[in-house]
Amino acid sequence: MSGYDEPRLGELLRLLPAAPAAWVRAAQELPAARVEIAGLVARAQEDAVFRARVVADLEAALEAEGIQATPSVVAALRTRLGAD
Amino acid sequence: MPILRSSLPLVASAATDAQLVARCRNGEAAAWDELVERYSRYVYAISSQAFRLAAHDAEDVFQEVFVRVYEHLGDLRSDDAIRPWIAQLTRRLCIDRLRAGRRESPVDDELEPSGLDETLSALDEAIEVRAGLDAIGEPCRELLDRFFCRDESYKTIADALALPSGTIASRISRCLGKLRAVLEGRN
Repeated sequence: MSGYDEPRLGELLRLLPAAPAAWVRAAQELPAARVEIAGLVARAQEDAVFRARVVADLEAALEAEGIQATPSVVAALRTRLGAD
Repeated sequence: MPILRSSLPLVASAATDAQLVARCRNGEAAAWDELVERYSRYVYAISSQAFRLAAHDAEDVFQEVFVRVYEHLGDLRSDDAIRPWIAQLTRRLCIDRLRAGRRESPVDDELEPSGLDETLSALDEAIEVRAGLDAIGEPCRELLDRFFCRDESYKTIADALALPSGTIASRISRCLGKLRAVLEGRN
């Protein structure tokens, strides 16, 4: 591999700044959030009214259940409900 | 939609992508943390630099990418194919996000910013260099990260690492030499 002089290496390193730490942390916490999400999804499968309420406003539904509506939890819930 | 290029050879690092994916499948929390850490910059750069999404959209895409990776890790046909998979997934979700913001339904090509393929290609190269950075280890990894990725001054770096500020430039140069050697396979 050639062409990696110092300016080029610097350029390439600069292309990948760190993502915001909170985003990374939220994504890393996803496995733990899955248990709570699974509970919500199971309930939504059994209760059409509850499901409609959840789908209408994911954040509010999570908060009402005492689950922190972090972006990763909301995204995970949306994916799970969409896949049902 | 063109396939994202991944023609550069993989650089040795603590764990290969395939090893990491296998450990994630076995439910190792530390492996998932490492996978997110390894690809967080890449996903962030695709959404914010290549597609120029606003911060709130980029964050949604970021989380959605990792949710889908987590949910579908078992479907990956080849464990070492995770990078192109993540790239395609991120690209698709960015396009979906742009499409949702439009009243009409343009085709994907119309939603893609100009120069997208070149930017994505550069990001692919950059993540190889990043892997090389991880491979050279400390103190070079932190030194180069602080200077190039965090844009810190010589003085800030010198203070943080308890080094004479007059030596930072030469240390950076030496570390870049090590990085180049790793990338060129000489080490």
